[in-house]
Amino acid sequence: MIPIGLHAYLVVAASLFCFGLFCVLTRRNSIGLLIGIELMLNAGNLNVVAFSRFIGSPIEGQIWAIMVIILAASEAVIFLALLIAIYQNFNTIDVDEIAMLKE
Amino acid sequence: MEALFHVATFYVFAAFALAGAAISAFSRRLVYCVFALLLTFLGVAGLYVLLSADFLAAVQVLLYAGGILVLLIFGVMLTHEIADVSTEANFTDIKFGAVISGILWLLLVVYICKVPWAVLDPLPPYAPTTRAIGLQFLGDYLVPFEYSSFVLLLVVLGAATLARKEVD
Repeated sequence: MIPIGLHAYLVVAASLFCFGLFCVLTRRNSIGLLIGIELMLNAGNLNVVAFSRFIGSPIEGQIWAIMVIILAASEAVIFLALLIAIYQNFNTIDVDEIAMLKE
Repeated sequence: MEALFHVATFYVFAAFALAGAAISAFSRRLVYCVFALLLTFLGVAGLYVLLSADFLAAVQVLLYAGGILVLLIFGVMLTHEIADVSTEANFTDIKFGAVISGILWLLLVVYICKVPWAVLDPLPPYAPTTRAIGLQFLGDYLVPFEYSSFVLLLVVLGAATLARKEVD
């Protein structure tokens, strides 16, 4: 039985990242975009922790992963506050419809 | 026996994470997408445990599965009519997105398998990390720690300012 190495974690993280990228590129709903961004942040975090486990200095990697989680939480809060403000003005959160500056 | 258990656990958690990510990337119902994200977060937390990051796994469950997910559900509920069944996440330009992310995935996997990573040979044993992380946060990483608390304060103020109703 082959033990699980660094490659396996990196491939899982790459797949998560690509699912997130697909989500961001194809969704029209803003909450769908936020879901994609969270997937990508999780993939990045998984990469950081995997590298720090397999290539030394485990504590530093985990500390920066915690920083990323804090920033992801703040970003989600601001994003949803903006969404509520946008919804009150436009009555939709479809990113193709919110284009008032263009008209 | 222990190695077999380790491998099996890895595959179970990776399958959880990838299945959740696939559902939330491809599902048409927005509520399904949000709830599938729970699977992903729990799967990634399990992978953190396998990577000897126990504190980080707890943080992941508390903050992602407990905080951000609830926030997302609130977002869905507040910006759609609750009785409205058709909270559909419409797609735009599926081919473009699929091609771009597929090419990126292929490139990443090819290079991940090609590069000879300088992996530590006897991996460090599993050890609790909470104490070490706390000591580092009050030692070498004091400035990022304080800075992040400042960021959180600003976020609370900013979110309250943005989301409140305008009163004339």
